[in-house]
Amino acid sequence: MSLYHLQKFLYELNRDEAAQEKYRADLDALISEFELTTEESEALREGDIGLLYVLGVNGQILMHYAAFLGIEWFDYLDQMRAGIEQYGPVRAGVYAMTGGGESYTAEGKKQ
Amino acid sequence: MSLVYAGVLSHAPGITGRADLCENVAKRDEFYAALENQRKEIEATGAEALIVVAAEHFANFFMNNMPAYCIGIGEKYEGPIEDPDWLKIKKTTVPGAPDLGTRITREVMQTVDAAYAEEWKFDHGIMVPLNFLTPAYDLPIIPVNINCQGPPLTPLPRAWAFGEALRRACDAVPEKIAIVGTGGISHWPATPDSGKINEAWDRDFLDRLMRNDQAALLDYDDAETYRDAGQGGFEIRTFIAVAAAAGGHGDLQFYTAELPIFAVGCTVARFSLTSQD
Repeated sequence: MSLYHLQKFLYELNRDEAAQEKYRADLDALISEFELTTEESEALREGDIGLLYVLGVNGQILMHYAAFLGIEWFDYLDQMRAGIEQYGPVRAGVYAMTGGGESYTAEGKKQ
Repeated sequence: MSLVYAGVLSHAPGITGRADLCENVAKRDEFYAALENQRKEIEATGAEALIVVAAEHFANFFMNNMPAYCIGIGEKYEGPIEDPDWLKIKKTTVPGAPDLGTRITREVMQTVDAAYAEEWKFDHGIMVPLNFLTPAYDLPIIPVNINCQGPPLTPLPRAWAFGEALRRACDAVPEKIAIVGTGGISHWPATPDSGKINEAWDRDFLDRLMRNDQAALLDYDDAETYRDAGQGGFEIRTFIAVAAAAGGHGDLQFYTAELPIFAVGCTVARFSLTSQD
């Protein structure tokens, strides 16, 4: 478990345009700079928001990463819900889902 | 005294980024009008710099070296770090106030061990407030951060002491300074529960805040806040610090829990400033 390093990867990516260029040019090279498990590396290669959420990535870091990937708002929320369906409850951190996954906005319920 | 304005406002990224998704347009525009009023109030004071007490979201600080408090003393700042199409705020450069910021930091350090930073990237936590309060980005900004994201977090009494230190520092310089605190009250942002708001909890907190009741404001513990107000509730630290800096009662100019698409109870308030003499 290297949640710290996984979050650090995303922290650097979110804030640093040079890291973003590297991400686009050679993702594997960027991944190799961090001490990540196979599962974490694969989640980053796939842009697997659901798994990253379940692994315990801080929600703010994950939200900015989802924006970087160009994921639309309601899709991003649904991908976190799907992650819980597939992998189980959030394993670490303070961004756990509290309810049953329902939408708290009228706008979201129509999606 | 040189603190000329103190207030609070919400900062969630949806406030700008999801404006077009919002269906309650009338309430949304009422909120925007309250923010515009806050801008005018600050402008009318003749403030020469704006301190933004924020709760940043990993634009600068990480768990490798996390300061409880940090004050920006840079010449300029870049933001937002987020995708500008997502936040609906263009990337821009914001002027800083290095000399003033340094003098303020020096005075704050008399009682609080604040970190300082000459480099600082703004995320939505500062860019959303600036988008409304200084839309031309022509007012020098002194960013201030209280760690509300990476526990362990600074205890609330220390946030109060930090606010008092900021006030003392502002009053020790000749410049006219405005200060705003920007956070959320109860909210569960960046989770599938985004849009969940505990309105009763919010209104109770805001009642304590507007009375500027120190004992009542500091009578929260993080476990209870997490249970009742979500991890977003940890950001009450920014509001508490500004209440301490102001000293006087608050005037709640706007609050609604009817804009959950913004993922936070939207708040605008100002404080009266008590004399520190």
